[in-house]
Amino acid sequence: MSAPVDIVGISKVFNAGRSNAVTALDDINLNVAPGQFVSLIGPSGCGKSTLLRLIGNLTEPTAGSVKVNGKSAAQARLDGDYGMAFQQAGLFDWRTVSRNIELPLEMKGFDKAARRAKAMDMLDLVKLREFADHRPWELSGGMQQRVAIARALSFEPKLLLMDEPFGALDEMTREHMQSELLRICATTGTTVLFVTHSIPEAVFLSNQVVVMSPRPGKIAKIVNVDLGQRNDDTREDAEFFKKVTEVREALRGYDHIEPMPTRLDER
Amino acid sequence: MNRLRAALAPFGFGVLFLLAWELLVRGFHIKPYLLPKPTGIWSAFTSDLSSMWTVSSSTGLNALIGLILGTAVGLLLAFAASRFRLLAELLTPMALAVAAMPIIVLVAIFNNLFAITSSVPRRLMVTVVVLFIVLINVMKGLTQANATQLELMRSYGASESAVIRKVRLPNALAFLFVALRQAAPLAVITAVVAEYFGGSQGGLGSRITSAISTSKDTTGWAYVLAACLVGITFYLVSTVLEYVAMPWARHRSRT
Repeated sequence: MSAPVDIVGISKVFNAGRSNAVTALDDINLNVAPGQFVSLIGPSGCGKSTLLRLIGNLTEPTAGSVKVNGKSAAQARLDGDYGMAFQQAGLFDWRTVSRNIELPLEMKGFDKAARRAKAMDMLDLVKLREFADHRPWELSGGMQQRVAIARALSFEPKLLLMDEPFGALDEMTREHMQSELLRICATTGTTVLFVTHSIPEAVFLSNQVVVMSPRPGKIAKIVNVDLGQRNDDTREDAEFFKKVTEVREALRGYDHIEPMPTRLDER
Repeated sequence: MNRLRAALAPFGFGVLFLLAWELLVRGFHIKPYLLPKPTGIWSAFTSDLSSMWTVSSSTGLNALIGLILGTAVGLLLAFAASRFRLLAELLTPMALAVAAMPIIVLVAIFNNLFAITSSVPRRLMVTVVVLFIVLINVMKGLTQANATQLELMRSYGASESAVIRKVRLPNALAFLFVALRQAAPLAVITAVVAEYFGGSQGGLGSRITSAISTSKDTTGWAYVLAACLVGITFYLVSTVLEYVAMPWARHRSRT
């Protein structure tokens, strides 16, 4: 079985060849094994979202290769090998909740009955069945995000790409959603690549936390985490705090070597 | 209950306004050719309802045909412009120029181009006015789709035509109704004013000018009232259409 994600020597330069050229990613190598939950964490501008978008074939690398399930990123996108969820749920107001979940299935040519049945299964999975015929705006932010996850998983992709999906939620909802996501992934066996700003979130969810440093975006360290079966008590676990500290120090590490330019320095 | 109260306030204000008007005219013995009483206007309006109806429907029909044609052409151009960038770049400054000029004067030219006694110049004038309102708004709606939704569609491997059908069109629908709510009453105003430039005398605009020039001022005001009612009707119909066509927007417009 080929790796869900295999990245070799990826670089991404925006505005290449011009005076305002920015190297967003520089020589990134990353291999994600099946069933793993991998978080990408780092400060703004470290290229973590760009990396996710490269895997999803929403943008092209300047150099290097991206393989998803052993195929080119473009082929994987067309084959529906991955589902995506963003910070903005991006639900379609003009569709009911279940019809939102049916949308990717529509694009992939499922017939109406199959779509409806699948949407209902997904709503069971995210525990929102009674909201099937509601409109998205009638749902809370957390519920909307659950619908977005159900939609991303509706065609049973083996890989889920998530870009700060809980970034706009309050802390309580956020922790609840993290547990829900773990439960869903345990049910479906989906491999997840998860971009986040939050250290506890990354540690709680992941098998691997990929710590990235900015300017240019590089992988600073990969922290392996094994918290086993997680519940709310895990957040008060000694091992949890140890890993949070390890990630935090990895994030600080590059700061000591290369201080961020400030306005004072520039003057 | 809240909606009732919301409706009551402007209604009460309207009644007070009319009452003040009536009292002002009576109290200061203002001559009808300066300002007629509301009750006078109302009795002039109701004394010949059948001719009010005929005259209003003549102007209303011009407005309606112009509104439909303008919307259709505006939609076609907006679709074309969203597909071909060059067309958008050509149309946008033109639409802005049209918005800045007193476009109604074109009626005089249309009167020369087509038979002045026909309804063609007036309907054409309404068409032009409506067209640009629809064009500008729908063009915006077609190009300003939600970025997340577009990326999702791309991640599904959706075709360009699917993106248009599933994202851009429903998104543009809201903009179309913004345009229609603005264009519908304006279509009536345009149809009325277009009659000031001569031509057949069967409509509201020509009746208003002739009533005033022959000192039948109260009758003139009655026609103004009729024009007002036609305009309000057009506006209400466009909001009802929006309500029916966009069930998902009902909640939003109320909050």
